[in-house]
Amino acid sequence: MSSGQRFGTLGLLYVILTCGIWMLLLIVAPAAMMMDFAFRPFLPPTEWGSAADVYTLRNFGTALGDEFNRAIFLKTVWASVVTTGIAFVVCYPISYILARAGRSSWVGIAMIALLVPFWINEVLRSFAWQLLLAHDGFFNQVLVGLRLVSQPVDFFSRNVGVLIGLVYTYILFMIFPMYSAMENLDQNQIEAARDLGAPWWRIHWDVVIPHAKSGLASGCIVTFMLAAGSYAVPQMLGGTRSLWFTQLIYNQFEAINWNMGAAYAMCLVVLCVAFILVMMSLFRVRLRDIAR
Amino acid sequence: MSVDGLSRHSELRAASVSLGAHSVRADGILRLVTGVYLVLLFAYLLLPLIYMIAAAFNMSRFPMLTPWRGFTLQWFAEAWKEARLWHALGRSVLIGGCVVVVSIVLGLGGALLFTRFRPPARSLLYSVLVSPILMPGIVIGLSTAIFWDRTLQLPGFWGLAVLGQSTFISAYCMLIFMARLQRFDVELEEAALDLGASPLQVFRTVTLPYLRPAMYSAAALAFMQSFDNFNTTLFTIGNDETLTIYIAAKLKQGVTPAVNALACAMVATTIVGGVAYELARRREAARVARRVRAVDA
Repeated sequence: MSSGQRFGTLGLLYVILTCGIWMLLLIVAPAAMMMDFAFRPFLPPTEWGSAADVYTLRNFGTALGDEFNRAIFLKTVWASVVTTGIAFVVCYPISYILARAGRSSWVGIAMIALLVPFWINEVLRSFAWQLLLAHDGFFNQVLVGLRLVSQPVDFFSRNVGVLIGLVYTYILFMIFPMYSAMENLDQNQIEAARDLGAPWWRIHWDVVIPHAKSGLASGCIVTFMLAAGSYAVPQMLGGTRSLWFTQLIYNQFEAINWNMGAAYAMCLVVLCVAFILVMMSLFRVRLRDIAR
Repeated sequence: MSVDGLSRHSELRAASVSLGAHSVRADGILRLVTGVYLVLLFAYLLLPLIYMIAAAFNMSRFPMLTPWRGFTLQWFAEAWKEARLWHALGRSVLIGGCVVVVSIVLGLGGALLFTRFRPPARSLLYSVLVSPILMPGIVIGLSTAIFWDRTLQLPGFWGLAVLGQSTFISAYCMLIFMARLQRFDVELEEAALDLGASPLQVFRTVTLPYLRPAMYSAAALAFMQSFDNFNTTLFTIGNDETLTIYIAAKLKQGVTPAVNALACAMVATTIVGGVAYELARRREAARVARRVRAVDA
């Protein structure tokens, strides 16, 4: 406590006030109220607090028991895992190359090229891919022009568009944690492993990955969370018939059925927490190592 | 490198010759694979943007490059004339400015809590304060909308968007401040106290100047995050719109290259902003270096 006293009463007051407002008013109370909503039936305002307003699991029954909703939920889980896997494979080499290159002059240029897509929002990023992947878009013009396909490919119907768009939109959230975890790896460890005759995959498996595991874990967690929670990308690149779980949440929100929307949102939260726990035990890291 | 290492051991020298020959070929293949990978990766990253921006200059009514109907700036003029766009931009800037202030105030509070005090249930508190970063923005938006509507009957408006966005952007700011405060020499503060400064004076003259670079980064990050935010804003903005929401609504109605022109303007603005930020950072670093030299002399 003595270190805290350096700030005097005013400092203590500031810390208590800011942390209190942030934690209670912005995080805990809204989350608690959303949870409360999720377990109550959707009723007109006149019946709030009446005999009908009791805790029930019915909303969750609809959210996951209904075949249509469950299919969408499972597809969202599956596609988000695939997105995370693809992003991992795509980002690992570039993170490693950048981390090993140190302070070469081209690293700065490469960093800028990586950052440029992130200077515009995800809506425009999805729009850019829409232009490339559309029925008469750039890719189909090239493919048909080169006679590689006889008819334009429908990229949107089989989740191809969504996967390309999701990886594209959240790629930096995978690269940066990976890169910063690999950057402080002592180069001599890699040289030593190589001198001792380790093949390249053993160097990665036994030296690089164990060292960078917290960065790898946090990259996977954030990418999965952003993919599963994405709204703009599936809406714009998912075609008309394939819905994403977030779209169900927003539809309920628009329809004023906030109880059902809250139940859907709770399912998404539980999914993300489960993924975080799986990643933490897979990479054997703690929350403190991930959120830095 | 493997050749160097092995040749230090004379008994392995013979082996190293054959290994060396092998690894030269392997190096060549590796270099080729790496080159192809880098070209493909950067094409993947940049091609969509280049195509989108280039299409803004095509006279065609559709946002495509082909068929090319001639160079034009008419789509920029069309985007410029939209009153709705200017209103949305104004909202984005207003919300962004408020989020910067709120997030820096709250984030600094959190960072001081964990670096300067020994709070009870420290890891629980920490988990709660960073949890908004690990939750989908849509969930934060929905819970914010529900809470303020039911407690204060506040419907969605720009102020609610500030609250919703600050919930998780404050956590980013907190992490930035914590990273800097952990490297801070607390004896500096103790020295100032011993010399008779009040706690407030210590904070103003010792701690705050040390935090200034972190303040700039936190402000820039907070503004960018707020400006680009879509998910949380969607649930909290009500009938109003920010620039991101406006673009999404526009794209739903059917597109003209005016959207591409807007995207082009946004990329150009951020490049100018990024360069200006980098120059300011360098000037600040040079100023600090000069001052350090002056003190040393």
